Amino acid sequence: MLLQQILNGLTAGSVYALIALGYTMIYGILGLINFAQGELYMAGAFATVLLLTAYKVNFFVAFFFGMGVAAVLGVILERIAFRPLRGGHPLVPLISAIGASIFLQSLALLLFGPADRSFPIQFEFAALEIAGVSVSTLQLAIFGAALFFMALLVAFVKYTKFGKAIMATALDQDTARLMGINVDRMIAITFFIGSALSGAAGIMMAIYYNTTYPRMGLLPGLKAFSAAVLGGVGNIPGAIVGGLLLGVAENLGAGYLSSGYKDAVAFAILIIVLLVRPKGLLGGRSH
Amino acid sequence: MFLEIDQLSKSFGGLQALDRVSFEVQMGAIQALIGPNGAGKTTCFNLISGVLPPSAGSIRLMGQEISGLPPHQIARLGLARTFQNIQLFGGMTVLENVLVGQHIHLHGGLVATLCNLPDIRRQEQRAKTFVRELLDFVGLADKETWSADSLAYGEQRRLEIARALALQPRLLLLDEPAAGMNPRETEDLMALIAAIQERDITVLLIEHDMNLVMNISKRIVVFDQGRVIAQGPPRAIRQNPQVIEAYLGKEEDEDDV
Repeated sequence: MLLQQILNGLTAGSVYALIALGYTMIYGILGLINFAQGELYMAGAFATVLLLTAYKVNFFVAFFFGMGVAAVLGVILERIAFRPLRGGHPLVPLISAIGASIFLQSLALLLFGPADRSFPIQFEFAALEIAGVSVSTLQLAIFGAALFFMALLVAFVKYTKFGKAIMATALDQDTARLMGINVDRMIAITFFIGSALSGAAGIMMAIYYNTTYPRMGLLPGLKAFSAAVLGGVGNIPGAIVGGLLLGVAENLGAGYLSSGYKDAVAFAILIIVLLVRPKGLLGGRSH
Repeated sequence: MFLEIDQLSKSFGGLQALDRVSFEVQMGAIQALIGPNGAGKTTCFNLISGVLPPSAGSIRLMGQEISGLPPHQIARLGLARTFQNIQLFGGMTVLENVLVGQHIHLHGGLVATLCNLPDIRRQEQRAKTFVRELLDFVGLADKETWSADSLAYGEQRRLEIARALALQPRLLLLDEPAAGMNPRETEDLMALIAAIQERDITVLLIEHDMNLVMNISKRIVVFDQGRVIAQGPPRAIRQNPQVIEAYLGKEEDEDDV
Protein backbone atom coordinates (compact mmCIF):
# COMPACT_ATOMS: atom_id res chain seq x y z
CA MET A 1 0.00 0.00 0.00
CA LEU A 2 2.67 2.45 1.04
CA LEU A 3 4.93 1.49 -1.85
CA GLN A 4 1.98 1.61 -4.20
CA GLN A 5 1.12 5.16 -3.19
CA ILE A 6 4.72 6.27 -3.42
CA LEU A 7 4.97 4.85 -6.90
CA ASN A 8 1.76 6.55 -8.04
CA GLY A 9 3.04 9.72 -6.44
CA LEU A 10 6.36 9.59 -8.27
CA THR A 11 4.56 9.25 -11.59
CA ALA A 12 2.36 12.28 -10.99
CA GLY A 13 5.24 14.09 -9.29
CA SER A 14 7.58 13.66 -12.24
CA VAL A 15 4.98 15.41 -14.38
CA TYR A 16 4.59 18.23 -11.84
CA ALA A 17 8.37 18.52 -11.84
CA LEU A 18 8.43 19.06 -15.61
CA ILE A 19 5.94 21.92 -15.35
CA ALA A 20 7.66 23.27 -12.24
CA LEU A 21 10.90 23.48 -14.24
CA GLY A 22 9.16 25.89 -16.60
CA TYR A 23 8.00 28.03 -13.68
CA THR A 24 11.38 28.01 -12.05
CA MET A 25 13.45 28.74 -15.17
CA ILE A 26 11.24 31.64 -16.17
CA TYR A 27 11.20 32.97 -12.62
CA GLY A 28 14.97 32.60 -12.47
CA ILE A 29 15.57 34.72 -15.54
CA LEU A 30 12.73 37.26 -15.33
CA GLY A 31 11.48 37.18 -11.73
CA LEU A 32 8.08 36.38 -13.18
CA ILE A 33 5.65 33.61 -12.20
CA ASN A 34 4.17 32.58 -15.52
CA PHE A 35 0.70 31.49 -14.51
CA ALA A 36 -0.01 30.50 -18.12
CA GLN A 37 2.31 27.49 -17.70
CA GLY A 38 -0.68 25.17 -17.26
CA GLU A 39 -2.13 26.38 -20.57
CA LEU A 40 1.11 25.50 -22.35
CA TYR A 41 0.66 22.03 -20.85
CA MET A 42 -2.86 21.97 -22.31
CA ALA A 43 -1.63 23.28 -25.67
CA GLY A 44 0.95 20.50 -25.97
CA ALA A 45 -1.70 17.87 -25.26
CA PHE A 46 -4.17 19.36 -27.73
CA ALA A 47 -1.60 19.70 -30.51
CA THR A 48 -0.62 16.06 -30.19
CA VAL A 49 -4.20 14.77 -29.91
CA LEU A 50 -5.41 16.83 -32.86
CA LEU A 51 -2.49 15.81 -35.05
CA LEU A 52 -2.98 12.12 -34.23
CA THR A 53 -6.73 12.44 -34.88
CA ALA A 54 -6.27 14.11 -38.25
CA TYR A 55 -3.26 12.26 -39.62
CA LYS A 56 -1.76 8.84 -39.21
CA VAL A 57 1.62 9.97 -37.99
CA ASN A 58 4.07 8.16 -35.79
CA PHE A 59 3.43 8.67 -32.07
CA PHE A 60 6.87 10.17 -31.45
CA VAL A 61 6.41 12.62 -34.31
CA ALA A 62 3.15 13.74 -32.70
CA PHE A 63 4.82 13.94 -29.30
CA PHE A 64 7.57 16.25 -30.52
CA PHE A 65 5.04 18.23 -32.53
CA GLY A 66 3.06 18.84 -29.31
CA MET A 67 6.21 19.92 -27.50
CA GLY A 68 7.09 22.20 -30.40
CA VAL A 69 3.65 23.86 -30.43
CA ALA A 70 3.85 24.49 -26.69
CA ALA A 71 7.39 25.86 -27.08
CA VAL A 72 6.48 28.24 -29.89
CA LEU A 73 3.37 29.35 -28.03
CA GLY A 74 5.54 30.09 -25.00
CA VAL A 75 7.89 32.22 -27.10
CA ILE A 76 4.95 34.13 -28.62
CA LEU A 77 3.52 34.63 -25.14
CA GLU A 78 6.79 36.13 -23.94
CA ARG A 79 6.99 38.38 -26.97
CA ILE A 80 3.50 39.86 -26.70
CA ALA A 81 2.43 39.44 -23.07
CA PHE A 82 5.65 39.98 -21.12
CA ARG A 83 8.39 41.72 -23.11
CA PRO A 84 6.46 44.98 -23.64
CA LEU A 85 5.86 45.14 -19.88
CA ARG A 86 9.44 44.57 -18.81
CA GLY A 87 10.89 47.18 -16.49
CA GLY A 88 7.55 48.07 -14.95
CA HIS A 89 6.12 47.15 -11.57
CA PRO A 90 6.58 43.39 -10.93
CA LEU A 91 2.83 42.91 -10.44
CA VAL A 92 2.09 44.04 -14.00
CA PRO A 93 3.53 41.00 -15.84
CA LEU A 94 1.98 38.76 -13.17
CA ILE A 95 -1.45 40.11 -14.03
CA SER A 96 -0.59 39.76 -17.70
CA ALA A 97 0.29 36.09 -17.06
CA ILE A 98 -3.07 35.46 -15.40
CA GLY A 99 -4.76 37.21 -18.31
CA ALA A 100 -2.84 35.08 -20.81
CA SER A 101 -3.90 31.97 -18.90
CA ILE A 102 -7.59 32.89 -19.06
CA PHE A 103 -7.27 33.92 -22.69
CA LEU A 104 -5.67 30.65 -23.77
CA GLN A 105 -8.23 28.59 -21.84
CA SER A 106 -11.09 30.50 -23.46
CA LEU A 107 -9.49 30.24 -26.87
CA ALA A 108 -9.17 26.47 -26.51
CA LEU A 109 -12.79 26.31 -25.40
CA LEU A 110 -13.84 28.31 -28.43
CA LEU A 111 -11.75 26.37 -30.93
CA PHE A 112 -12.04 22.84 -29.58
CA GLY A 113 -15.22 22.88 -27.48
CA PRO A 114 -15.63 21.80 -23.86
CA ALA A 115 -15.84 18.06 -24.51
CA ASP A 116 -13.22 15.63 -23.27
CA ARG A 117 -11.20 14.01 -25.99
CA SER A 118 -9.70 10.60 -25.47
CA PHE A 119 -6.21 9.91 -26.66
CA PRO A 120 -6.35 8.73 -30.29
CA ILE A 121 -3.87 5.90 -29.85
CA GLN A 122 -4.73 3.06 -27.50
CA PHE A 123 -1.55 1.65 -26.07
CA GLU A 124 -1.35 -1.84 -24.67
CA PHE A 125 0.21 -1.49 -21.29
CA ALA A 126 1.07 -4.46 -19.15
CA ALA A 127 0.68 -4.49 -15.41
CA LEU A 128 3.75 -5.81 -13.70
CA GLU A 129 3.97 -7.11 -10.17
CA ILE A 130 7.16 -5.99 -8.48
CA ALA A 131 7.63 -6.80 -4.79
CA GLY A 132 3.89 -6.92 -4.24
CA VAL A 133 3.32 -3.59 -5.97
CA SER A 134 1.43 -3.45 -9.19
CA VAL A 135 3.16 -1.24 -11.69
CA SER A 136 1.85 -0.40 -15.11
CA THR A 137 4.42 -0.04 -17.83
CA LEU A 138 2.68 3.26 -18.66
CA GLN A 139 3.67 4.64 -15.27
CA LEU A 140 7.23 3.48 -15.82
CA ALA A 141 7.28 5.03 -19.28
CA ILE A 142 6.01 8.39 -17.98
CA PHE A 143 8.41 8.39 -15.07
CA GLY A 144 11.30 7.38 -17.35
CA ALA A 145 10.47 9.98 -20.00
CA ALA A 146 10.14 12.72 -17.37
CA LEU A 147 13.50 11.80 -15.85
CA PHE A 148 15.02 11.79 -19.33
CA PHE A 149 13.78 15.33 -20.05
CA MET A 150 14.96 16.54 -16.65
CA ALA A 151 18.43 15.05 -17.20
CA LEU A 152 18.53 16.67 -20.63
CA LEU A 153 17.65 20.06 -19.16
CA VAL A 154 20.21 19.81 -16.37
CA ALA A 155 22.91 18.84 -18.89
CA PHE A 156 21.84 21.69 -21.19
CA VAL A 157 22.09 24.26 -18.41
CA LYS A 158 25.34 22.87 -17.04
CA TYR A 159 27.31 22.11 -20.16
CA THR A 160 26.25 24.30 -23.07
CA LYS A 161 26.98 27.91 -23.91
CA PHE A 162 23.26 28.66 -23.90
CA GLY A 163 22.89 27.18 -20.42
CA LYS A 164 25.72 29.29 -19.09
CA ALA A 165 24.41 32.38 -20.85
CA ILE A 166 20.94 31.79 -19.38
CA MET A 167 22.46 31.38 -15.92
CA ALA A 168 24.52 34.52 -16.39
CA THR A 169 21.43 36.43 -17.54
CA ALA A 170 19.48 35.19 -14.52
CA LEU A 171 22.27 36.28 -12.16
CA ASP A 172 23.01 39.70 -13.65
CA GLN A 173 21.41 40.91 -16.88
CA ASP A 174 23.53 44.02 -17.28
CA THR A 175 26.83 42.20 -16.89
CA ALA A 176 25.61 39.39 -19.15
CA ARG A 177 24.97 41.97 -21.90
CA LEU A 178 28.54 43.21 -21.59
CA MET A 179 29.74 39.63 -22.12
CA GLY A 180 28.15 39.80 -25.57
CA ILE A 181 25.08 37.84 -24.51
CA ASN A 182 21.86 38.75 -26.30
CA VAL A 183 19.63 38.86 -23.22
CA ASP A 184 16.34 38.99 -25.15
CA ARG A 185 17.34 35.87 -27.01
CA MET A 186 18.23 34.03 -23.80
CA ILE A 187 14.84 34.93 -22.32
CA ALA A 188 13.14 33.63 -25.47
CA ILE A 189 15.14 30.39 -25.29
CA THR A 190 14.15 29.98 -21.66
CA PHE A 191 10.48 30.30 -22.57
CA PHE A 192 11.00 27.90 -25.48
CA ILE A 193 12.51 25.19 -23.31
CA GLY A 194 10.30 25.71 -20.26
CA SER A 195 7.20 25.60 -22.46
CA ALA A 196 8.37 22.50 -24.34
CA LEU A 197 8.75 20.68 -21.02
CA SER A 198 5.25 21.73 -19.93
CA GLY A 199 3.95 20.56 -23.31
CA ALA A 200 5.59 17.17 -22.81
CA ALA A 201 4.01 16.94 -19.37
CA GLY A 202 0.59 17.70 -20.85
CA ILE A 203 0.92 15.01 -23.52
CA MET A 204 1.95 12.40 -20.96
CA MET A 205 -1.00 13.20 -18.73
CA ALA A 206 -3.35 13.18 -21.71
CA ILE A 207 -2.26 9.59 -22.24
CA TYR A 208 -2.31 8.69 -18.54
CA TYR A 209 -5.83 9.95 -17.84
CA ASN A 210 -6.93 9.41 -21.46
CA THR A 211 -8.57 12.82 -21.59
CA THR A 212 -7.79 16.21 -23.10
CA TYR A 213 -9.92 19.31 -22.43
CA PRO A 214 -9.42 23.11 -22.30
CA ARG A 215 -9.17 23.42 -18.52
CA MET A 216 -6.91 20.41 -18.03
CA GLY A 217 -3.91 22.64 -17.29
CA LEU A 218 -5.43 24.55 -14.42
CA LEU A 219 -4.91 22.14 -11.55
CA PRO A 220 -1.56 20.65 -12.66
CA GLY A 221 -0.34 24.21 -13.28
CA LEU A 222 -1.21 25.31 -9.77
CA LYS A 223 0.23 22.15 -8.26
CA ALA A 224 3.44 22.55 -10.20
CA PHE A 225 3.62 26.11 -8.92
CA SER A 226 3.33 24.71 -5.39
CA ALA A 227 6.06 22.22 -6.27
CA ALA A 228 8.33 25.00 -7.50
CA VAL A 229 7.74 26.95 -4.30
CA LEU A 230 8.34 23.82 -2.23
CA GLY A 231 11.73 23.25 -3.86
CA GLY A 232 12.63 26.95 -3.99
CA VAL A 233 11.54 29.05 -6.97
CA GLY A 234 14.39 29.74 -9.35
CA ASN A 235 16.22 26.59 -8.31
CA ILE A 236 16.31 23.84 -10.97
CA PRO A 237 17.08 20.83 -8.73
CA GLY A 238 14.54 22.34 -6.33
CA ALA A 239 11.78 22.11 -8.95
CA ILE A 240 12.56 18.44 -9.54
CA VAL A 241 12.69 17.54 -5.84
CA GLY A 242 9.62 19.70 -5.13
CA GLY A 243 7.62 18.07 -7.92
CA LEU A 244 8.43 14.52 -6.85
CA LEU A 245 7.79 15.26 -3.15
CA LEU A 246 4.49 16.96 -3.89
CA GLY A 247 3.32 14.06 -6.04
CA VAL A 248 4.20 11.54 -3.33
CA ALA A 249 2.66 13.66 -0.58
CA GLU A 250 -0.67 14.11 -2.31
CA ASN A 251 -0.92 10.42 -3.13
CA LEU A 252 -0.12 9.46 0.46
CA GLY A 253 -2.76 11.96 1.56
CA ALA A 254 -5.23 10.41 -0.84
CA GLY A 255 -4.36 6.91 0.29
CA TYR A 256 -4.30 7.39 4.06
CA LEU A 257 -6.78 10.22 4.62
CA SER A 258 -9.31 10.24 1.85
CA SER A 259 -8.97 10.56 -1.88
CA GLY A 260 -11.03 13.75 -1.60
CA TYR A 261 -8.11 15.41 0.20
CA LYS A 262 -5.68 14.81 -2.65
CA ASP A 263 -5.71 18.36 -3.99
CA ALA A 264 -5.98 19.85 -0.52
CA VAL A 265 -2.67 18.24 0.44
CA ALA A 266 -0.88 19.94 -2.44
CA PHE A 267 -2.11 23.40 -1.51
CA ALA A 268 -1.68 22.82 2.23
CA ILE A 269 1.98 22.16 1.44
CA LEU A 270 2.14 25.43 -0.49
CA ILE A 271 0.73 27.37 2.46
CA ILE A 272 2.97 25.63 5.00
CA VAL A 273 6.10 26.25 2.91
CA LEU A 274 5.22 29.90 2.45
CA LEU A 275 4.74 30.25 6.21
CA VAL A 276 7.64 28.18 7.48
CA ARG A 277 10.30 28.26 4.80
CA PRO A 278 9.45 30.75 2.05
CA LYS A 279 12.79 30.17 0.34
CA GLY A 280 11.82 26.53 -0.28
CA LEU A 281 13.68 23.35 0.60
CA LEU A 282 16.75 23.94 -1.54
CA GLY A 283 16.66 27.73 -1.39
CA GLY A 284 15.29 29.85 -4.18
CA ARG A 285 16.57 33.04 -5.73
CA SER A 286 15.30 36.43 -4.81
CA HIS A 287 14.57 39.05 -7.41
CA MET B 1 42.69 55.93 -35.06
CA PHE B 2 41.75 52.89 -32.95
CA LEU B 3 39.25 54.58 -30.64
CA GLU B 4 37.92 58.09 -31.29
CA ILE B 5 35.71 59.86 -28.80
CA ASP B 6 34.31 63.02 -30.33
CA GLN B 7 32.26 65.71 -28.54
CA LEU B 8 30.71 63.07 -26.30
CA SER B 9 28.05 64.39 -23.91
CA LYS B 10 25.76 62.80 -21.36
CA SER B 11 23.27 64.49 -19.09
CA PHE B 12 21.10 62.94 -16.39
CA GLY B 13 18.16 65.29 -16.09
CA GLY B 14 19.76 68.62 -15.25
CA LEU B 15 23.15 67.14 -14.38
CA GLN B 16 25.74 67.37 -17.14
CA ALA B 17 27.84 64.28 -16.40
CA LEU B 18 29.92 64.57 -19.56
CA ASP B 19 30.31 67.77 -21.52
CA ARG B 20 31.70 67.54 -25.07
CA VAL B 21 34.50 65.14 -24.23
CA SER B 22 36.96 64.32 -27.01
CA PHE B 23 40.03 62.10 -26.92
CA GLU B 24 41.64 59.30 -28.89
CA VAL B 25 43.32 56.04 -28.06
CA GLN B 26 46.08 54.57 -30.22
CA MET B 27 46.05 50.92 -31.17
CA GLY B 28 48.14 48.85 -28.78
CA ALA B 29 48.54 51.63 -26.21
CA ILE B 30 47.87 51.68 -22.50
CA GLN B 31 45.99 54.88 -21.76
CA ALA B 32 44.57 56.16 -18.48
CA LEU B 33 41.59 58.31 -17.56
CA ILE B 34 42.16 60.15 -14.29
CA GLY B 35 40.33 62.83 -12.36
CA PRO B 36 38.52 63.41 -9.08
CA ASN B 37 35.53 61.28 -8.11
CA GLY B 38 32.43 62.34 -9.99
CA ALA B 39 34.45 63.76 -12.88
CA GLY B 40 32.63 61.53 -15.39
CA LYS B 41 35.19 58.78 -15.99
CA THR B 42 32.90 55.83 -15.27
CA THR B 43 30.07 57.52 -17.20
CA CYS B 44 32.47 57.69 -20.11
CA PHE B 45 33.13 53.92 -19.78
CA ASN B 46 29.39 53.28 -19.61
CA LEU B 47 28.86 55.17 -22.85
CA ILE B 48 31.73 53.41 -24.65
CA SER B 49 30.53 49.96 -23.57
CA GLY B 50 26.92 50.76 -24.44
CA VAL B 51 25.49 50.49 -20.93
CA LEU B 52 24.11 54.01 -21.38
CA PRO B 53 23.25 55.81 -24.62
CA PRO B 54 25.07 59.12 -25.13
CA SER B 55 23.09 62.38 -25.24
CA ALA B 56 25.30 63.63 -28.06
CA GLY B 57 28.61 62.97 -29.75
CA SER B 58 30.21 59.96 -31.37
CA ILE B 59 32.33 56.97 -30.42
CA ARG B 60 34.23 55.18 -33.19
CA LEU B 61 35.95 51.87 -32.56
CA MET B 62 38.30 50.90 -35.40
CA GLY B 63 36.46 53.31 -37.67
CA GLN B 64 32.99 52.02 -36.85
CA GLU B 65 30.42 54.17 -35.07
CA ILE B 66 29.35 52.30 -31.91
CA SER B 67 27.48 54.96 -29.94
CA GLY B 68 23.91 53.88 -29.33
CA LEU B 69 24.55 50.20 -30.11
CA PRO B 70 23.39 47.73 -27.43
CA PRO B 71 26.19 46.40 -25.18
CA HIS B 72 26.11 42.85 -26.52
CA GLN B 73 26.79 44.09 -30.05
CA ILE B 74 29.63 46.34 -28.92
CA ALA B 75 31.11 43.36 -27.08
CA ARG B 76 31.01 41.40 -30.32
CA LEU B 77 32.94 44.19 -32.05
CA GLY B 78 35.85 43.61 -29.71
CA LEU B 79 35.25 45.49 -26.49
CA ALA B 80 35.38 44.07 -22.97
CA ARG B 81 35.38 45.71 -19.57
CA THR B 82 35.66 45.22 -15.83
CA PHE B 83 33.81 47.12 -13.12
CA GLN B 84 34.62 49.48 -10.30
CA ASN B 85 32.39 47.37 -8.05
CA ILE B 86 33.24 43.80 -8.94
CA GLN B 87 30.39 42.19 -10.86
CA LEU B 88 31.13 38.49 -11.09
CA PHE B 89 28.43 35.85 -11.53
CA GLY B 90 28.25 34.93 -7.86
CA GLY B 91 26.58 31.53 -8.06
CA MET B 92 29.03 30.21 -10.65
CA THR B 93 32.47 28.70 -10.35
CA VAL B 94 35.63 30.49 -11.40
CA LEU B 95 35.83 28.39 -14.57
CA GLU B 96 32.18 29.00 -15.47
CA ASN B 97 32.54 32.76 -15.02
CA VAL B 98 35.33 32.87 -17.57
CA LEU B 99 33.49 30.47 -19.89
CA VAL B 100 30.61 32.96 -20.01
CA GLY B 101 33.15 35.38 -21.49
CA GLN B 102 33.72 32.90 -24.34
CA HIS B 103 30.02 32.99 -25.26
CA ILE B 104 30.45 35.06 -28.45
CA HIS B 105 33.17 32.75 -29.74
CA LEU B 106 31.05 29.59 -29.49
CA HIS B 107 29.11 29.14 -32.69
CA GLY B 108 26.13 26.95 -33.40
CA GLY B 109 22.43 27.43 -32.90
CA LEU B 110 20.08 26.05 -30.31
CA VAL B 111 19.15 22.99 -32.35
CA ALA B 112 22.76 22.02 -33.04
CA THR B 113 23.51 22.48 -29.35
CA LEU B 114 20.52 20.40 -28.25
CA CYS B 115 21.65 17.64 -30.62
CA ASN B 116 25.11 17.90 -29.05
CA LEU B 117 26.81 17.68 -32.45
CA PRO B 118 30.51 16.78 -32.44
CA ASP B 119 31.45 20.24 -33.68
CA ILE B 120 29.67 21.84 -30.70
CA ARG B 121 31.50 19.51 -28.32
CA ARG B 122 34.82 20.35 -29.97
CA GLN B 123 34.15 24.07 -29.60
CA GLU B 124 33.21 23.70 -25.93
CA GLN B 125 36.41 21.73 -25.38
CA ARG B 126 38.50 24.35 -27.15
CA ALA B 127 36.85 27.09 -25.09
CA LYS B 128 37.66 25.24 -21.89
CA THR B 129 41.30 24.87 -22.89
CA PHE B 130 41.53 28.57 -23.72
CA VAL B 131 39.81 29.56 -20.48
CA ARG B 132 42.22 27.43 -18.43
CA GLU B 133 45.10 29.17 -20.16
CA LEU B 134 43.57 32.53 -19.19
CA LEU B 135 43.15 31.43 -15.57
CA ASP B 136 46.80 30.44 -15.59
CA PHE B 137 47.64 33.85 -17.12
CA VAL B 138 45.98 35.72 -14.24
CA GLY B 139 47.25 33.25 -11.64
CA LEU B 140 44.00 31.50 -10.73
CA ALA B 141 44.63 28.13 -12.41
CA ASP B 142 44.42 26.21 -9.13
CA LYS B 143 41.05 27.71 -8.20
CA GLU B 144 38.90 26.92 -11.22
CA THR B 145 36.38 24.87 -9.23
CA TRP B 146 35.98 27.50 -6.50
CA SER B 147 32.81 29.51 -6.30
CA ALA B 148 33.55 33.00 -7.63
CA ASP B 149 32.30 34.73 -4.50
CA SER B 150 34.55 32.68 -2.23
CA LEU B 151 37.70 34.23 -3.76
CA ALA B 152 39.71 36.89 -1.98
CA TYR B 153 39.15 40.45 -3.13
CA GLY B 154 42.30 40.78 -5.24
CA GLU B 155 41.59 37.40 -6.82
CA GLN B 156 38.07 38.51 -7.74
CA ARG B 157 39.57 41.50 -9.56
CA ARG B 158 41.88 39.20 -11.50
CA LEU B 159 38.99 36.86 -12.27
CA GLU B 160 37.06 39.78 -13.73
CA ILE B 161 40.04 40.54 -15.95
CA ALA B 162 40.24 36.89 -17.06
CA ARG B 163 36.53 36.90 -17.86
CA ALA B 164 36.93 40.08 -19.92
CA LEU B 165 39.93 38.59 -21.75
CA ALA B 166 37.81 35.54 -22.61
CA LEU B 167 35.90 37.78 -25.01
CA GLN B 168 39.21 38.05 -26.91
CA PRO B 169 38.72 41.80 -27.08
CA ARG B 170 40.70 44.33 -29.09
CA LEU B 171 39.98 47.00 -26.48
CA LEU B 172 39.86 46.35 -22.75
CA LEU B 173 38.35 48.88 -20.33
CA LEU B 174 39.53 48.50 -16.73
CA ASP B 175 37.57 50.52 -14.17
CA GLU B 176 39.80 51.10 -11.13
CA PRO B 177 41.56 47.74 -11.31
CA ALA B 178 43.85 48.54 -8.37
CA ALA B 179 41.07 49.71 -6.03
CA GLY B 180 41.40 48.01 -2.67
CA MET B 181 44.69 46.32 -3.55
CA ASN B 182 47.78 46.42 -1.38
CA PRO B 183 51.10 47.65 -2.91
CA ARG B 184 52.24 44.10 -3.56
CA GLU B 185 49.02 43.23 -5.42
CA THR B 186 49.26 46.50 -7.36
CA GLU B 187 52.76 45.55 -8.51
CA ASP B 188 51.41 42.24 -9.80
CA LEU B 189 48.54 44.05 -11.49
CA MET B 190 50.94 46.35 -13.33
CA ALA B 191 52.82 43.33 -14.63
CA LEU B 192 49.51 41.77 -15.66
CA ILE B 193 48.39 44.87 -17.57
CA ALA B 194 51.74 44.99 -19.37
CA ALA B 195 51.32 41.32 -20.30
CA ILE B 196 47.81 42.07 -21.60
CA GLN B 197 49.26 44.75 -23.85
CA GLU B 198 51.68 42.17 -25.22
CA ARG B 199 48.66 40.12 -26.32
CA ASP B 200 47.87 42.98 -28.76
CA ILE B 201 45.04 44.30 -26.64
CA THR B 202 44.63 48.04 -26.26
CA VAL B 203 43.98 49.01 -22.63
CA LEU B 204 42.02 52.03 -21.43
CA LEU B 205 41.87 52.29 -17.66
CA ILE B 206 40.44 54.45 -14.92
CA GLU B 207 42.70 54.55 -11.89
CA HIS B 208 43.42 56.62 -8.82
CA ASP B 209 46.75 54.97 -8.01
CA MET B 210 49.12 57.58 -9.48
CA ASN B 211 52.13 55.30 -9.21
CA LEU B 212 50.41 52.77 -11.46
CA VAL B 213 49.05 55.37 -13.85
CA MET B 214 52.34 57.22 -14.32
CA ASN B 215 54.33 54.03 -14.73
CA ILE B 216 52.34 52.14 -17.32
CA SER B 217 50.34 54.68 -19.34
CA LYS B 218 51.54 56.00 -22.64
CA ARG B 219 49.02 58.83 -22.48
CA ILE B 220 46.76 60.22 -19.78
CA VAL B 221 43.42 62.00 -20.17
CA VAL B 222 42.40 64.17 -17.22
CA PHE B 223 38.70 64.65 -16.40
CA ASP B 224 37.23 67.31 -14.15
CA GLN B 225 33.54 68.07 -13.75
CA GLY B 226 32.57 66.26 -16.92
CA ARG B 227 35.20 67.91 -19.10
CA VAL B 228 38.61 66.90 -20.37
CA ILE B 229 40.99 69.46 -18.92
CA ALA B 230 44.26 68.00 -20.16
CA GLN B 231 45.74 65.12 -22.09
CA GLY B 232 49.23 64.02 -22.93
CA PRO B 233 52.12 61.80 -21.82
CA PRO B 234 52.59 61.25 -18.06
CA ARG B 235 55.50 63.72 -17.78
CA ALA B 236 53.47 66.60 -19.24
CA ILE B 237 50.43 65.75 -17.14
CA ARG B 238 52.44 65.71 -13.92
CA GLN B 239 53.58 69.26 -14.59
CA ASN B 240 50.32 70.67 -15.91
CA PRO B 241 49.20 73.42 -13.47
CA GLN B 242 45.50 72.92 -14.23
CA VAL B 243 45.79 69.23 -13.41
CA ILE B 244 47.66 69.93 -10.21
CA GLU B 245 44.95 72.35 -9.15
CA ALA B 246 41.96 70.22 -10.13
CA TYR B 247 43.21 66.83 -9.19
CA LEU B 248 46.39 66.62 -7.19
CA GLY B 249 45.50 69.80 -5.34
CA LYS B 250 42.25 68.30 -4.21
CA GLU B 251 44.04 65.28 -2.84
CA GLU B 252 46.19 67.52 -0.68
CA ASP B 253 43.01 69.10 0.68
CA GLU B 254 41.77 65.66 1.57
CA ASP B 255 45.03 64.90 3.33
CA ASP B 256 44.61 68.05 5.42
CA VAL B 257 41.22 66.82 6.61
